[in-house]
Amino acid sequence: MTSAQIEIQLIACIVAVACAIPGTFLVLRKMAMISDAISHSILPGIVIGFFLTEDLNSPWLILLAAFSGILTVVLVEYIQKTGLVKEDTAIGLVFPSLFSIGVILIAKNAGDVHLDVDAVLLGELAFAPFDRMIIGGADMGPKSLWVIGIILLVTLTLLLAFFKELKISTFDKQLAATLGFSPVIMHYGLMTVASVTTVGAFDAVGAILVVALMIAPPAMAYLLTNNLKKMLLIASGFGIIGAILGYWVAHWLDASIAGSITTVLGVLFFLIYMFSPNRGLISVLYRQKRQEVEVHLLTFLLHLQNHSEKSERHINHLNEHINWHKVRAQSVLDLALKNNMITIDDSIISLTEKGKTFTSEAINYIITNKSAAIEEMKDRFFLFRG
Amino acid sequence: MSVQEYFSLVFSDYTLRTITLGTAILGIVCGMLGSFAVLRKQSLLGDAISHAALPGIVIAFLITGAKTSNTLLIGALISGLIGTFWISGIIKKTHLKSDTALGLILSLFFGFGMLLLTFVQKMPDAQQAGLDKYLFGQAATLVESDVWLMAVVMGISLLVLIIFWKEFKVLHFDPDYSKSLGINTKLLDVLITTLIVMAIVIGLQTVGVVLMSAMLLAPAAAARQWTNNLGIMVFLASLFGALSGIFGTAISATSNNLPTGPVIVLIAAAIVVISFVFSPGRGILFREIRHWKNRNDLQLHKTLYFMFEIAKTHNDISHPHKIKILNNFQGYTRNSLKNLEDRAYITVDGPMWSLTQKGYDKAMNLYNQQDNTHD
Repeated sequence: MTSAQIEIQLIACIVAVACAIPGTFLVLRKMAMISDAISHSILPGIVIGFFLTEDLNSPWLILLAAFSGILTVVLVEYIQKTGLVKEDTAIGLVFPSLFSIGVILIAKNAGDVHLDVDAVLLGELAFAPFDRMIIGGADMGPKSLWVIGIILLVTLTLLLAFFKELKISTFDKQLAATLGFSPVIMHYGLMTVASVTTVGAFDAVGAILVVALMIAPPAMAYLLTNNLKKMLLIASGFGIIGAILGYWVAHWLDASIAGSITTVLGVLFFLIYMFSPNRGLISVLYRQKRQEVEVHLLTFLLHLQNHSEKSERHINHLNEHINWHKVRAQSVLDLALKNNMITIDDSIISLTEKGKTFTSEAINYIITNKSAAIEEMKDRFFLFRG
Repeated sequence: MSVQEYFSLVFSDYTLRTITLGTAILGIVCGMLGSFAVLRKQSLLGDAISHAALPGIVIAFLITGAKTSNTLLIGALISGLIGTFWISGIIKKTHLKSDTALGLILSLFFGFGMLLLTFVQKMPDAQQAGLDKYLFGQAATLVESDVWLMAVVMGISLLVLIIFWKEFKVLHFDPDYSKSLGINTKLLDVLITTLIVMAIVIGLQTVGVVLMSAMLLAPAAAARQWTNNLGIMVFLASLFGALSGIFGTAISATSNNLPTGPVIVLIAAAIVVISFVFSPGRGILFREIRHWKNRNDLQLHKTLYFMFEIAKTHNDISHPHKIKILNNFQGYTRNSLKNLEDRAYITVDGPMWSLTQKGYDKAMNLYNQQDNTHD
């Protein structure tokens, strides 16, 4: 690996972690789309900052751009408070308007400004190592590494200092307010961090990748854990994996680095979406299927318990009841047999002692509205699940 | 060129006529379908889908090598639809919320599109230049066939809306009731979503990926402020959409270096701001005025009641009292006294005031629920 390659990967990893931290809280607070809004509406701030400083890495430009990001949040909140439209509509109105102002500003001054909307939105990580930070003649490494490194450091410090406050205000606003942490300050603090991170990262990786890095790793982590600390760690981990893997995919395909990092994140998300042990699509569908069969089993046992006459319990008669034809009757019957809940005697089905206890206990749970506890009961009675 | 000149040229100049017609029709389609997007709480779907369309456009180009709008649009439509249905899959089957699902699809699809775009850029022929316009939109590249396509989409949407009007109405205001009526809600959902995705896709070329969401939302959000009736809302939204299209094109054509898409969006945003502030029913201005009036009325009534308390101790309710004795009372001002006199609740005679019969009755019934008539 050349030093430029190492530097690119280092920048990508730091950006990934710096995005994953505020991103986790945005995802938990149901405000993920605000990161997309901020990433677009920093444009006017960047343009005005660029007019004033002529330098994309100047701290003033970053401040101005972050300010226009915060302005977005304030405007969205204000519009939402008027109660005239919903929050998502407010977001959808504010950021395109600010973005339009940015585009018009660039177009009107096209002659004097070397600022490309493409560059702002898409970014080019491959060029990041060429913009060096030089202090007193000594090469201190790429500028964007310093910018994003400082941002990460500040974010981490804030996270460690206010972890408890952030946690409580994310999960229980009322409790946070009662305990004396202002949810408003937490909200705007988080938004400021998100804005500054977006601005600090856009030059290196582009706005779209910032959005992807803020949302995708925390979303994946959320599919794997319910613990905030673990979620932060897993999200950062996925961010780093995506960054490094994405870089090498880009290297191999000779393609856009930001694009391939996003694509790798997309593939990772798809895998977790499908295969996550408890919340993945496959396990959800499997659970739903099992639930369905077990509910039918219970209906079937109830029917048996309610009828002592033989004609009602004949195996061929069952088709007429409880929409039997819709269900795979055989599988329900097999399940009941395997669990020793019924016996079939000359095509007449009758409940065993175990089946009777199970049915009456299940009824009891259902009529006392404690249906949540039925899972525990199934564990006690079932040898085989549906 | 001034705006007047522009409007005289619109009917004779081919390019201007095409672009104006195109943006106007786009405005109508977006307003019409955007109303439903807003009502379905899918406001940001436009943003997500316009981004999600990129890989489809690039793949369509890579496969066919054609730069004709229609092929690329079909690609965009397919990948937009995949994105939409994946979003609803994520929301339904996992505990991730809609904002996360939208953001995920938006960024991941767009990033994948960017990756594909790098391959196109490496291809030797210069044809690919046309793909850029989908990012930021260039109304100037609209040709007559594009306008025809938009008109067809408008016709289809209008037809579908008219045929299923009653069903859509029930579906959006009372989904459970519509299910109990036996309406196939799944089919209707798919239908309206497909129409919305179609509107987004045809708008990409004109206003670009980023601004498409505003194009869809702004007219609908503005129209919502003026009415509570779905039919009127859809009509107003189409009107606002068309107006922003026409005036946006006019303004950008009359000045150098003004891109059309952003101007259209800013005009639409201006319409939204005007609606937010000045709409008579919901607008901020009239609401503030109403609040202010209510506060004043409350003060006035308090003063009146205080006077009533004094007057009722006398046999003659119109027995004059000194204005001075009101000084102990906080709510009283010269203005409120004058106001009360204007309403004939009291008469003022020099330093004395006296309650009238009307004022007495009013004050007596002030805290009585039966008498809630305002004046």
